[in-house]
Amino acid sequence: MKWLLLALMVCAVTAGEVLQAAGMRRHGEIRDFRPGAIGRVLGALGRNRFIIGGVAAMAVSFFAFMKLLSATDLSYAVPASAVTCAMETVLAKYLLKERVNGRRWAGAALVICGVILVSL
Amino acid sequence: MPSETARLRLKTWLFTAIVVLSNAFGDFFMKRGLPASARLAGPLDYVGALFQPWVALGVVLLVVWQMSRMALFSWADLSYVLPVTSIGYVLVALIGKVFLREAISPRRWAGILLIMAGVALVGASAPSTVAGDGESKGAR
Repeated sequence: MKWLLLALMVCAVTAGEVLQAAGMRRHGEIRDFRPGAIGRVLGALGRNRFIIGGVAAMAVSFFAFMKLLSATDLSYAVPASAVTCAMETVLAKYLLKERVNGRRWAGAALVICGVILVSL
Repeated sequence: MPSETARLRLKTWLFTAIVVLSNAFGDFFMKRGLPASARLAGPLDYVGALFQPWVALGVVLLVVWQMSRMALFSWADLSYVLPVTSIGYVLVALIGKVFLREAISPRRWAGILLIMAGVALVGASAPSTVAGDGESKGAR
């Protein structure tokens, strides 16, 4: 049961962040940061399907996380974040069509290893 | 146009700093406000926790974190933002050392160096490798 919840959380976070990235790209670069403009952006995002999907996925991950916390401790959090980072980089290349070259793969790998060492 | 690239880079670095700082300090203030012994059983406990000043400040910062990260996503790659904002892990470790007197073991130092190397590698690349929707990218 624990592993199922963990897998659900990892998939939900991955989906949530990829959807957020996709949704924000669709919206386009935010250039105006005045309060009125921010309000308009928030309004547009509320109608953006990717953002809505992303928020829903993050909500699912939050509940899975809460359920997991009630059953276990935070020791799983480290491999979970490493796996999500790896999955998201792959999806960024194939779904978001970003140019993830060797350098970016190497950088991501270094970061993932570093995060594991720092968090243990 | 070199000034366009420079503008984008400056903006990216500014927002990366906001994302990293708000995440690290948001987490720190939450930990300060919520003692390890805090019992968050029912929904009322969560609401009550929000009234604790450090927790409230932490929540505000975490909201800033989410908003600034989404702003970053509007022009920068996910595969850029993810590794680069991981410098936050280094900041959290350093905050723990300075403010909470937490020791940093050799293994953690090794991890910090790896993260910094990874961040430098990805950070040197252009933040955006996808043509924006309708946004002119100038002469590339």
